[in-house]
Amino acid sequence: MSAEAMIELRSLHKTFGTGAEEVRAVEGVDLKISPREIVAFIGPSGCGKSTLLNMIAGLYEATAGEVYYNGREVTDVNTNVGYMTQKDNLLPWRNVLDNVALPLEINGWSRERRYEAARAMIAHVGLDGFEDKYSSELSGGMRKRACLARMLLYGPQALLLDEPFAALDAQLRIAMHELLLRLWQENQQTIVLVTHDLVEAITLADRVVVFTKRPARVAFEQAIDLPRPRDVQAVRFTKHFQRLYDTIWQRLREEYVEEKL
Amino acid sequence: MTVRLDTDQEGRAVRSRKRAARRSAAEIGTPAMAVLQVAFGVLILVVWQLAAGRLVDEFMVSNPLAVISRLWEWIASGTIWIHVWATVYATLVGFAIGAAAGVVGGVWLGLSPFLSRLLNPYIWAFNALPKVALAPLFILWFGLDINSKIALAAVLVVFLVFVSTFSGVREVDRDLTDSLRLMGASRSQILFKVVLPSATSWIFVGLKTSVPYALIGTIIGEMIAANRGLGYLVQLAGSEFDTAGVFAALVVISVLAVIFNEIVGSVQLRMEGWKVVGR
Repeated sequence: MSAEAMIELRSLHKTFGTGAEEVRAVEGVDLKISPREIVAFIGPSGCGKSTLLNMIAGLYEATAGEVYYNGREVTDVNTNVGYMTQKDNLLPWRNVLDNVALPLEINGWSRERRYEAARAMIAHVGLDGFEDKYSSELSGGMRKRACLARMLLYGPQALLLDEPFAALDAQLRIAMHELLLRLWQENQQTIVLVTHDLVEAITLADRVVVFTKRPARVAFEQAIDLPRPRDVQAVRFTKHFQRLYDTIWQRLREEYVEEKL
Repeated sequence: MTVRLDTDQEGRAVRSRKRAARRSAAEIGTPAMAVLQVAFGVLILVVWQLAAGRLVDEFMVSNPLAVISRLWEWIASGTIWIHVWATVYATLVGFAIGAAAGVVGGVWLGLSPFLSRLLNPYIWAFNALPKVALAPLFILWFGLDINSKIALAAVLVVFLVFVSTFSGVREVDRDLTDSLRLMGASRSQILFKVVLPSATSWIFVGLKTSVPYALIGTIIGEMIAANRGLGYLVQLAGSEFDTAGVFAALVVISVLAVIFNEIVGSVQLRMEGWKVVGR
């Protein structure tokens, strides 16, 4: 493999079940993702994008093919990635502070040290003042902030985001995009973002990868050469954004025309 | 973002006002209802007292005053405490042993699909067995003293706690355990930080439902063969045709049962404070 790829998928296959119940989720995906790159995965729902993320995270075993992370094959749970899903996965019996501090608690940090670090990170994502709230007392956006804080606290080099903002309303989503890009500017992680939202994909990503219907294969890729840092509000009204959108949308329609009918 | 936060807080304020309104409606009703409840109890006692010896044979139903004076006799002489203590001790120890075994077994099988499938038919066969029928066996094994009562209480508790713990562990959100695995958590960290806390409410359902069964196990054990305990007291009074004594012993048993349930309920409230806060 090339030295510069941070995440590399090599003729990756994933099949669930056997016999009549066999479901081919992923079929022959080859992909290289460089360090600090933000890649958006787009595809019809249920096409196997999340399965791909789960394989990068090492939660699923590939049926055939390999996943490499920093040059090493992923064979077990990949604890070097941060993972965030549409569901927030905060522990409901813990308040925000204890939820955010959880990864450090697992690593055996003392209560004082982990609380200090967690408080700083909570403030950093704009959630200060809500440390003792339980997740059921938070709005959707606040939960996302808590999840981001928790994920960033243990400093993963790569973030896997599976439709993280899908459940939020439009304004809130823009606020979260701003936050995500700000955090990315500071830490320059590699980000793989699964999304349905083409605008979100173009706004955030360096590259949009479009997948076919299940079984997922790479249909085509489109580099997003919008300059950074990006103003998530303004960028979507630029001519270049519109051109990229139209290009991808044309191809998407070709790809999913059957489904539309 | 700030705009969003404000509307959110407004929404919450409206919701909490509604909640307060609902609560105050319930609070106004509570004392009045308590008076009604007491009045109803008194009415029953008065009817009982008047009916006994007139409408119904006093030998069959005794009467409240006789029951109260029998209770007072037992309390004054102090004999009741020997029996209460014997029953409480066997119930608590039996409950503790059964609950511990049930939780451990439930967690263990809940985490091991292979074992749970292997043992499934045996567990259900054991569950179908009326456990009270084991009493003679326990008396043979553990003798006439308190150990056989403890065993019977434990065996009634263990299955109820096992089933609810098992279901609770199986219901644990896979995404939560996965997210901890990605943070590098060990198996025991996942067990103590996710599996057990999220199964807590299920485990408590099992504990709560099994408390009366622990008492049932103890009482039945005492009724079959014993020389102390409230079950023995019921049995003894019955064999002496002392109806007032039977009722007095039953009153003590139900007071015990209520106290046990209250204790479990308050422990559950304390442990699941986050749920109360959230609603």
